[in-house]
Amino acid sequence: MRKINYPFLILVLIILISTKFLIKNEYYLSIVIFGMFNAINASCFNILLGYTGIISLGQAAFYGIGAYFAVIVAASFGINPMLAIVLASLFSALVAFIIGYPTLKLHGHYLAMATLGFGMIIYVLMNEMAFITGGPSGFLDISKFSFFGVSIYGEHSFYIFVAIVFFLFTVLFEMFDKSYLSYKLKFIKESEFASKSFGINIFKTKLLVFSITAGITAFNGGIYAYYSGFISPVSFNFNYSIELLTMAIVGGLGTVPGGIIGAAVLTALPEFMASIEDYEMILYGCFLAVTIIFLPGGLTGLIKRILNKNASD
Amino acid sequence: MKKLLGVVFMIILAVPLYAEVRLGALFAVTGPASFLGLPEKQTLEMLVEEVNKTGGIAGEKVKLFLYDTKGLDTEARKKFIRLVKKDKVDAVIGPTRSGSTLAIKELAEKYKTPLFSCAASKRIVQPLNKYVFKSPQSDTHAVGKIYNFLYKKGKSKVAIITAQNGFGDSGRTELLELADEYGMEIVADEKFRDTDKDMTSQLTKISETNPDAIICWGVGPAPALVAKNTRQLGLDSMLIMSHGVASKKFIELAGNAAEGIILPAGRLLVAEQLEKDNKFREVLINYKNAYEKRYDSSVSTFGGHAYDAFMMFKYGIEKGGKKPAAMISAVENMGAFIGTAGKFNITASDHNGLDESAFVMLKIHNGDWELIN
Amino acid sequence: MQFIYSGITSGSIFALVALGFNIIYNTTGIINFAQGEFVMIGGMLIYTLLSIYGLPFLIAAPLALLAALFIGALFERVFIKSVRSPNEIKLITITIAASIILRGLGMVIWGRNSLSVDAYIPYKVLELPAGTLTSNSLLVIIVSLVTAFSLSLFFKRSSLGKAFRACYDDKIAAGICGVDVSKIRMLAFAIAALLGVIAGIVTTPISYVTYTDGIMTGLKGFAAAILGGLGSFWGGVAGGLLLGIFEGFFASVLPSGYKDAFAFLIILAVLFLRPKGLFGKKKAERL
Repeated sequence: MRKINYPFLILVLIILISTKFLIKNEYYLSIVIFGMFNAINASCFNILLGYTGIISLGQAAFYGIGAYFAVIVAASFGINPMLAIVLASLFSALVAFIIGYPTLKLHGHYLAMATLGFGMIIYVLMNEMAFITGGPSGFLDISKFSFFGVSIYGEHSFYIFVAIVFFLFTVLFEMFDKSYLSYKLKFIKESEFASKSFGINIFKTKLLVFSITAGITAFNGGIYAYYSGFISPVSFNFNYSIELLTMAIVGGLGTVPGGIIGAAVLTALPEFMASIEDYEMILYGCFLAVTIIFLPGGLTGLIKRILNKNASD
Repeated sequence: MKKLLGVVFMIILAVPLYAEVRLGALFAVTGPASFLGLPEKQTLEMLVEEVNKTGGIAGEKVKLFLYDTKGLDTEARKKFIRLVKKDKVDAVIGPTRSGSTLAIKELAEKYKTPLFSCAASKRIVQPLNKYVFKSPQSDTHAVGKIYNFLYKKGKSKVAIITAQNGFGDSGRTELLELADEYGMEIVADEKFRDTDKDMTSQLTKISETNPDAIICWGVGPAPALVAKNTRQLGLDSMLIMSHGVASKKFIELAGNAAEGIILPAGRLLVAEQLEKDNKFREVLINYKNAYEKRYDSSVSTFGGHAYDAFMMFKYGIEKGGKKPAAMISAVENMGAFIGTAGKFNITASDHNGLDESAFVMLKIHNGDWELIN
Repeated sequence: MQFIYSGITSGSIFALVALGFNIIYNTTGIINFAQGEFVMIGGMLIYTLLSIYGLPFLIAAPLALLAALFIGALFERVFIKSVRSPNEIKLITITIAASIILRGLGMVIWGRNSLSVDAYIPYKVLELPAGTLTSNSLLVIIVSLVTAFSLSLFFKRSSLGKAFRACYDDKIAAGICGVDVSKIRMLAFAIAALLGVIAGIVTTPISYVTYTDGIMTGLKGFAAAILGGLGSFWGGVAGGLLLGIFEGFFASVLPSGYKDAFAFLIILAVLFLRPKGLFGKKKAERL
């Protein structure tokens, strides 16, 4: 196991804590909270694409499965929100396992298309099974959130909760990045042929990663549902999967800060664009295109290059 | 001394903040409901301008913060929170769509901000939420009007085709619930989505049941496609639309297929056809002339909803002030007033104040609206 | 049986989009996620030329087609050619980026509303056995078939067409024989854009054009291409028609919302069970 980047983790911790003290306005806090949700999702997407080479264009579906499953189960059986979220996470991992079994045998654009198809089907089900999900009008019957008896309501308490979850996730991600598993995955991404001759069971590994990231994304979705107080299928459609793809690529594929930086930039972007909202989509696409063409390492790669330059001066 | 100067400075800075009325607005200016949202936006901007020219409301100018919900419920929520937390508005007018309103209903209470919705679903005011009012007629009234019309014509076999969104859903519930009361038999119950491009499958299924009338409940371009497909399939049942298509844009999109379509709507569209002594005529003609002169486009009942909502808001500020509780109780005691949608009678238990008489039945003929009895 | 007629109509559009996918895929190996946006642009262009500039159809249509060729070529130069050291992921994601940009441009230039154009030929409803077909829909079907035939003739007979097929078989060998592979690639995109724009032009009088149309159209066209076998010319056409008919059938028996799901279920079934599709490519390829 390689050395964990403690300075980076400490930096994240400092930013999280100082944000809580510097930002008092609930509106801006809510933007940071959404940014953290996006960062976790984008990082999971990054693990799939940047580390393992899997383009999961249906990733938003797992976010939605987590959100809907958690609130529906809590509303129907009256169970504790946190338990519902954990169950949702397990359910999503199971779905990913079942879907992944045939899907992960495919490659490249066939894989992309299969995951996209899966995502679309889930989206249609969210819209059509209105008797469970509330249909296009969304699901409103979301109870107040509590964590082992501690009631969490409103931006201030949710910020603390989400920030803790986010930090824990970042630590785990950092540990994963420096572990043998990440080596294995990147090896698979580089050359499946070579990695197979090393004795790596590619299929099993991919299935494992796919299921775990689906579970994490769903867990995230459950918390999102309780924070938002309202969910509707439109938040979990193909567009969101594309947003995650953009965040991961612009942030930097295959790196830990990648998903975080990408999510930070692209979540904050609409706020600065409020007056030129119409151009937001074009800018989004341009960011993605420019990154692919000129900055293959994303913003993280750019920052690393700048830091290295400074170090060698 | 420094502290005193600081306080004085803050007061001077704060004065502009307090000397104005901050009004938020959420409309579906773009997206599938845009031919509702755009007239609403234009009407509200026109009214705010007019009111500011004569010194504002209760001596204070009105500052308008208007956002586009793009017809999306999640966007409406985001922008509502922005209006309340960042722009610190005193009240919000809108949103355009029933779905969006239902999605933010509880936020109005959470953030203690009065909401004057321009959406139709009766679920917006039932169950009653202290902070939420609505200006359009309810779908209950629209359905009642339609069924009454059919009953008088001796028709009873009805096929319904509704949109899969808040408005269509609400309409469908009413159509099913009120059917027995008027002796209507629902022989088909089909649905379509806002983004569907072809409804021939649903309409074919409907035609097999041989209904006397087909009632279509939706907004945006989709009902226009329903009209076109109905014509294409040569169905000879009467085609009835909801008040969601009471706009010239619908006639434009449906083209020839719009001919003969019947719908309930507010009197605004046929203001000129009303008798000279009709009590609604003056308000309607004034609004119609002002709007059409300013924007060079036909008036629509949706703009009228924004007009009525603004009237409620204005009254609330004048008689009650900016504090939510006072504003709300002022509006609740507004008594009878004549708006574009009809005669309102808002009370503490009825935050809409309209009944069936707010509607008239219209027929589309030669690309224009015709009052029928 | 009405669904067969509406199915063939929408299927013709899917066929044109599938053709566009296949042409690009065959000459470059790239999957163009922005193919649907070409259809949207076609609708927008014809709207602008007819409704805003008031040009007669016989002038507007050729202009739009010319613009299509230009846009396709420009697309390839800006997005595809500029990617250094291209790999599969980069190429897939650059076309995704391109589709976002085109969609954004569509919104900024033409707004968010649905735009309609008047029918190009007099409106008539044809009474056929077990259903009706409008003159507009018939136009869609005829134009699609004519386009497909013309294109296949082009590939079989003309020397340029032969150059295309050479690239499909073996790029390097083609290059050695003097074929300008880079130019062929540009032309492939130009033709794909042309196909998309044709589809957009004929479909707008029926179901309007909105800036978001490209997403679903592209996805369904891609699904049709896979159904018929990625890379197969007539497979794309067959896949398109079949997909349209399946969809129409499902819409007539289930709530219409589910029909989209069925299109994708079919895709998943094909990918899992018979990835080569109905008329799959002869070339061996890593799936």
